Amino acid sequence: MWNYEKRLQYPVKITQTNPKIAQVIISQFGGPDGELAASMRYLSQRYTMPYKEVTGILTDIGTEELAHMEMVCTIVHQLTRDLTPEELKASGFDKYYVDHTLALWPQAAGGAPWTATYFQSKGDPITDLHEDLAADGTTA
Amino acid sequence: MAENRPCRRDLLNRINTASFAVDDVKLFLDTHPCDTEALEYFHEFQQMRKSALKEYSRYYGPLTIDTVDVDECDRWNWINEPWPWQEGGC
Repeated sequence: MWNYEKRLQYPVKITQTNPKIAQVIISQFGGPDGELAASMRYLSQRYTMPYKEVTGILTDIGTEELAHMEMVCTIVHQLTRDLTPEELKASGFDKYYVDHTLALWPQAAGGAPWTATYFQSKGDPITDLHEDLAADGTTA
Repeated sequence: MAENRPCRRDLLNRINTASFAVDDVKLFLDTHPCDTEALEYFHEFQQMRKSALKEYSRYYGPLTIDTVDVDECDRWNWINEPWPWQEGGC
């Protein structure tokens, strides 16, 4: 089970909205190498991991990825607060807004919805760890 | 009590710093469970985190369910302070 802490892992205080940047950053929430995929990857793979050290680290990193996801979502939320119709149209954020308004919804920057096909969970430790390296080796 | 309140930002900074150290050394300890230096480091920052969370809850509201203190108050104060993504949140 999990407990919630009412704080971000690192504080996010954005004062200037910028929907153009928000459309790129949202990929780190719901894109193929985003935090949601990372968390689900580790938390799914841990059940068949035969070494307690690795089961432990998959659990603890999978948990930490949820905290990263919360920071990324906060960034997107604060970048898109109180947008005017003009700002929506000029930034191209209108295409997202028509379906989700200013709510957070996991998608890649190009608009593709988050999907479980972004990660693998195969039950073989070497296979799964290689998948982790490919997915999380360049982004955190 | 109000005059002697510790600075909210300092307290939160202490919580964030200690928690980051705990999170990081925890991952190291998962794969190095017998490293005594890392164990000592964990203990030090775990104590700092615990006491800072307790103190924060006392003056500015709870950040964890374990630091909710219903003795001090006759209402549920978990939902009163802003959420982390909101203005004034942690």
